[in-house]
Amino acid sequence: MVDMVSEDNGLLSIEQVERRVQEQTRAKRTRDRRAELIYPFLAGIGLLIVWELGTRVLNIPIYLFPPPSAVIVSAVKNWELLLRESWITSVEILAGYAVSIAVGIPLAFAIFRWPVFSKSIYPLLISSQAMPKVAVAPLFVVWFGFGLFPKVLIAFLIAFFPIVINTVMGLASIEREKIYLAQSMGLSSFETFRLIRLPNALPSIFAGLKISITLAVVGAVVGEFVGGDGGLGYQLMVANGSMDTPLLFAGIAALTVLGVLFYWIVEVVERLSMPHLERSPDIAGSV
Amino acid sequence: MPAAAIKPETSPYLEIENLSKVYASNDGPVRALDRVSLQQKRGEFVSIVGPSGCGKSTLLMIAAGLASSSEGQVLVENKLVRAARTDLGIVFQNHVLLDWRTALENVMLQAVARKMDLRVAEQRARELLAAVGLQGFEDKYPRSLSGGMKQRVSICRALIHDPPHLLMDEPFGALDSLTRDQLVLDLQRICSERSTAVLFITHSIAEAVFLSDRVVVMTPRPGKIDRVIDIDLPRPRTLAMRESPEFAHYSREILDVFLARGILKE
Ligand SMILES: Nc1ncnc2c1ncn2[C@@H]1O[C@H](COP(=O)(O)OP(=O)(O)OP(=O)(O)O)[C@@H](O)[C@H]1O
Ligand SMILES: [Mg+2]
Repeated sequence: MVDMVSEDNGLLSIEQVERRVQEQTRAKRTRDRRAELIYPFLAGIGLLIVWELGTRVLNIPIYLFPPPSAVIVSAVKNWELLLRESWITSVEILAGYAVSIAVGIPLAFAIFRWPVFSKSIYPLLISSQAMPKVAVAPLFVVWFGFGLFPKVLIAFLIAFFPIVINTVMGLASIEREKIYLAQSMGLSSFETFRLIRLPNALPSIFAGLKISITLAVVGAVVGEFVGGDGGLGYQLMVANGSMDTPLLFAGIAALTVLGVLFYWIVEVVERLSMPHLERSPDIAGSV
Repeated sequence: MPAAAIKPETSPYLEIENLSKVYASNDGPVRALDRVSLQQKRGEFVSIVGPSGCGKSTLLMIAAGLASSSEGQVLVENKLVRAARTDLGIVFQNHVLLDWRTALENVMLQAVARKMDLRVAEQRARELLAAVGLQGFEDKYPRSLSGGMKQRVSICRALIHDPPHLLMDEPFGALDSLTRDQLVLDLQRICSERSTAVLFITHSIAEAVFLSDRVVVMTPRPGKIDRVIDIDLPRPRTLAMRESPEFAHYSREILDVFLARGILKE
């Protein structure tokens, strides 16, 4: 502390202030990052303890509501099974999600680009969303049987819509002046799209992608519910049928982990593709 | 200089003829411009002053070929403007920077779009940014620049390709008076060096008188040209000239138009 004070008038020079601000910001950032991990972790632990004690004190039967210890025991005992089923479900989720992106984004581009498309397909698409897609799942079993395909199809059907909507919205919502700027620079419409419209739409597109990944998980599980012979969703049904509630809970936990993991991956990709949106230390500091 | 050799009087660069603009809106049409005619020679500096909402930005956008007119036409070098003009640099009223590009990349967008030699252009972009006091901010994203800094970046973007025509919509609005004075001087120098024609919108009467060969005074609802005042002050103009009686006389003349129209009341 003593060396921070300059000799002449006892006031800090701007270099010293700068160094201090930088150190404080860095310290705050590591503290924030640690807090981001520690607080949810502690909250989770607290919840588990309350849960464990609650089920024991109230003497709730294990097949109704198992304590976390029983769930953990079951998860450890069945880890091979859970891992195998998680893999099956992951493949369905990722395949459905990949198809959602592969169809959703080009479709959104087409809707944006060709008025014919937007006038004919878009209203149809939006009204089709009123249909509960879960309800058609049994139909797919009739049509396509029990394999991977019907699950991917359901995951796709549920997941692709937010991608389309958000991409179209992102492309359409642009300041008129940005387009003016492009025109005055002589950019072709393709270059305007590449250099201005698409990057401008990226935040919105990623918002859609993040909603979609959670929906793809739902879609895959629904597919396994109605016509599964494998996967976590199928395993939930089996555990349910045999009243193995701890395994049921373990399966739900595994699904949650999958969902969080995939969401997190999308978020990382988002952050990498939009470096300018990196959280500034000043904003983080003022919160 | 070859540009000076062409007698400016004989070749109007920009001609705006009887331009009217009516915006259709849900609660009735809005008359923005009413039979505005204006000519600008090569290398001439023309300012447009007028109260807020009198149609200055509208006029500029139509002159750039970006917005359509309801009536009348715009000619550049005797050719009718039907699409967006690319022979110009525009500084929009609100900077219009792309927030995913750094200050330097925003300036370079112009060079990329025009397929200029990127190495040379980058050199020039850095010089321009330094000239407007943004050295050290080249790699900052717009979100970490102040309003005035963003506007200066957008000025650099409009200048990097040395356009023959510069359209500026209140470019110095967000700046403090010191930076403003500096940029006004810089703009004067740059434009006389390259004999750039500038169509300059401002709220500041002093700025208009200082920079212009001609000041166009507009009155609102619908926007009409009220007076065109030739500014016969020697060039290059210096800050000290702002204290001169001629300068005060011109300022007073513009002010009198606003007073006579009741836009300003004493
Ligand atoms: N897109 C639009 N739709 C409808 N009316 C508009 C539109 N753009 C401008 N106007 C109207 O036209 C008139 C002139 O607008 P303009 O932006 O040209 O004014 P301005 O002189 O540039 O004002 P300021 O000095 O505040 O920028 C205003 O009354 C405005 O309400
Ligand atoms: Mg305006």
